[in-house]
Order: sequence, then structure tokens, then C-alpha cells
Amino acid sequence: MIHQYKNNGYNIVLDVYSGSVHVMDDICYEVTAVLNEQNEEHTEESLSGPGVTALLEKKLGSTYKKEELMEALSDITELVREGKLFTKDAFENMIEVVKERKTVVKALCLHIAHDCNLACKYCFAEEGEYHGRRALMSFEVGKKALDFLIANSGNRRNLEVDFFGGEPLMNWQVVKDLVAYGREQEKLHDKHFRFTVTTNGVLLNDEIQEFINQEMDNVVLSLDGRKEVNDRMRPFRNGKGSYDLIVPKFQRLADSRKQEKYYIRGTFTRQNLDFAEDILHFADLGFKQMSIEPVVGEESDPYAIRKEDLPAIMEEYDRLAKIMIEREKCGKGFNFFHFMIDLDGGPCVAKRLSGCGSGTEYLAVTPWGDLYPCHQFVGREEFLMGNVDDGIVRPRIAEDFRGCSVYSKESCKKCFAKFYCSGGCMANSYNFHGTIHDTYEPGCEMERKRVECAIMIKAALLYDKAE
Amino acid sequence: MKHVKTLNTQTLNNTVKKGGCGECQTSCQSACKTSCTVGNQTCEQKR
Repeated sequence: MIHQYKNNGYNIVLDVYSGSVHVMDDICYEVTAVLNEQNEEHTEESLSGPGVTALLEKKLGSTYKKEELMEALSDITELVREGKLFTKDAFENMIEVVKERKTVVKALCLHIAHDCNLACKYCFAEEGEYHGRRALMSFEVGKKALDFLIANSGNRRNLEVDFFGGEPLMNWQVVKDLVAYGREQEKLHDKHFRFTVTTNGVLLNDEIQEFINQEMDNVVLSLDGRKEVNDRMRPFRNGKGSYDLIVPKFQRLADSRKQEKYYIRGTFTRQNLDFAEDILHFADLGFKQMSIEPVVGEESDPYAIRKEDLPAIMEEYDRLAKIMIEREKCGKGFNFFHFMIDLDGGPCVAKRLSGCGSGTEYLAVTPWGDLYPCHQFVGREEFLMGNVDDGIVRPRIAEDFRGCSVYSKESCKKCFAKFYCSGGCMANSYNFHGTIHDTYEPGCEMERKRVECAIMIKAALLYDKAE
Repeated sequence: MKHVKTLNTQTLNNTVKKGGCGECQTSCQSACKTSCTVGNQTCEQKR
């Protein structure tokens, strides 16, 4: 399977099953399209058949000379020989192995506080309460969660723990105590904890900043962008905006981490479909690592992304990609999480087939110690898997999540981006279709566009270097 | 090649033999939390 597209003047061909990405001139691009229409799994042999030359002359002979067409065909044949074009799917038979694999728990999302000092309008955690009551995690529950993680992590050395909420800084002493406990336990069990925290910054101060810098592998700072955009969706409970209080603290924290190992992370809604402006606002504030994601909401929510918004969103991603190339070229580059793509050192096939790991490798823990497949399922009783005292008591839920992959979802089968999103977010699927074994189509469309833009940026910067 | 520039040197197939160690980051722990982006992660063995 191949995917061809033109973006920003580049002719790009992605060979889905090898992951190879080619930038072609016009003639080669068109020859590839004609050949693909004829046979999606061309081989060296089939390309040397007598019908191919005649077909190319018939379809493209009025535009290109025969010698030119033969030259392009020769390049294409070389790519096929190297296993980089028209590659057959060699992974479908691996899926049974992936489904049957023994997984270990390697990451926990600790809901350290089901409470929040902001009242963000789009919060899936309902201002921190997650369809339940306000609560803070005790040290005892957190300790049991870390013990559970160590005990269920097998030979996995790197263990991840994200302090999440609600707002984790509202229960900061417990965070500090749990980090200390984790550091003590990792030595005893030959493990390494990678702690991260996601915060709205309201309670951030010098002391907390110092601790974060000492102990946290990554920190996610929530801010939506321009002041008016942020304050519309992220007010305090009294309605006042949070931007003025938070921004200087985030700037200090990002600088103190040398602009690394953090993300300034926002959410965009249908009320700021010009979200590239918010990304650029982050850049103008001095941030280098950033992420903005589409809101997750019910269709009835006034801010939710609707199908009719997609064309504008696609254009905005294209616009952002072009601006990022320009900024990079003049030494003012920044990193946008959703345009990151590692074409050579990216994840292995096993990882791409197994998806995000929710419900198997990644679990969320509530303040009172209940286990859920991920933070977005917390509070939905049908997904309650167990607790930190008894462990997993409903293994069937884990089985269901383990069996969910790009090969189990009908809509992924024909999608070129399946090895980049790995089947998409199961919580999104559940929210819109009542099953984890489906996809959220507007989310898929956005993901496909982001993959296209990410690849185009690589192409543009490579060509720039070559020039 | 005159007509083609290939952006990567590795193919997915090359990762089949050495892959699957599971030491890599869980995707939602980075900066998303509301979507799923696996392809932008880096293999732990190549860090």
C-alpha cells in the first residue's frame, strides 16, 4: 500500500508497509500513481512485464518522452528491489503474537488529586471530579500503587509514573513523599522510575520548581495560548482568567529546564480554529516544546470540533507547518509534539502494532486506589479493573484492550497512517461509538494530516540542507 | 537515483528482529493524554 500526496510543493510517496518515505519529481510521482492503480503490490518481475511500458506510454506519453518514462520506471524498480515501494503487508501475521503476548505494567497515571483550582470548561475530568467526588490520594494508596507497579513490571526496568489530576500540586506533599519512596524502592528492585507531572501552574512556586527539576523526567504545563483564548476556557472558579498568573511561572520553569524535557500543552476548540496563532504565541513567549490538541467533547458542546470544522483545521495544520519551516530556517525553530516524527529511529513494529498500551501496560489509579485502563476511563464503572490492594480482578478488560489493534479495526485496514497512530485513542472510540474497537473519524482525519505535515517538514528541511 | 530522494534509511521490517523490548515510553505519558500518537516516539534502544 502506498500513499501519495502533494504538500507545499513536494511530491511525497509513503510506502506504508516499509515505512519508507520518498520525495519524487513530477514524472516519477505520476508514473508511481499509474503503476499503483494497475497493481498495488508490484514486484520487480511485474514491473519488467511488457504491459507496463505500453501502459505508461498510453497514460503519460502525451506529457513525457518514452526515455524519461523508462528512466523513472528504472528508479521505481530499484526502490521495489530494495523493499521500499509497493511493499506487501508482512505484519498481519504478527498480530496473533502481539495479541497473545504477555504484557507487564510499565506505566501508571496516578490521580493524585481529584480536585482542581481551575474550572476549565472542556475538562473531561469535570473540574477534577471524574464523575465522582472530590478526593486527594493518600500516601498509603500511592505507596501501594508503586508497589503494584514494581510487582507487575516483570523485567521492565524503566517505569513511568505520571502525577495527574485534577491538579496534582493541590496534593504536593504526597507527590514528594511518593517520589522519595520510589527512589528508595528502585534501588532495591533494580528499577528506574521516570516521574512526570501535569500541572495548570496555579500553585507553582520556586520550591516546587526546584523539586520538579530535580526529580521529574518531564513536565506538562497546561496553557491554551493567547490570553483571550486561554481565559475563555481556563478560568478560575470565580470566572477570572488564569493566563496572567500562570504564564510568568511557566516561562521561568521552562528556562530553568533549559527549554528541554517539558511541554507547554494546550487544547484547541472550535472557538479557536486559528490555533496556529496560539502555537506561535507560545513561541513568542519563548517556549520551545509545545503541543496543542483538539478538544474531546460531546457533539452538543458549543466548543466541540464538528465535522464541518475539519477543512479549516486541515488548512491550519498546513499553515503551521510552513511557518515552522520558515522559523527553523532563520534559527527560531521550535518543536510541535504532533509534527514530531522519527523516520529512522522511531518505534519498532511491535510497538506500532500494540498501540498506546492502555489497559495492559498503562493503567490509571484513582485517589482511593481503583485501577482503570487509562485516565480517560476513570469513573466509568464498566471499566473498573481492580484496585491496588487486590490487583487486577477483572482481567477480561485487559484482554479486550490487548486485542485492540490496527488489524482489529475495520477502518484502519485501508488507512496509510495506521503505523503512526497505532489505531488511535480507545477512549475517543468509546466516547463516540460505545466500543473501544472502532475509531473516531474526525480524530483520524486530523492525525492523517499531522502525519502528512510532519513528513513534509522533514522533506523541506532536507532539501534546504542539500541546497 | 535521479528522480527520487528517500528520507529514511531504515525500513519497518528492520525493526522486527530487534524490536519489542518494551522499554520505550508509554505514549500517553508524554504530552497528549487525549489522543494517540505512537509514531513520533523514539526507540529506547536508539536513545
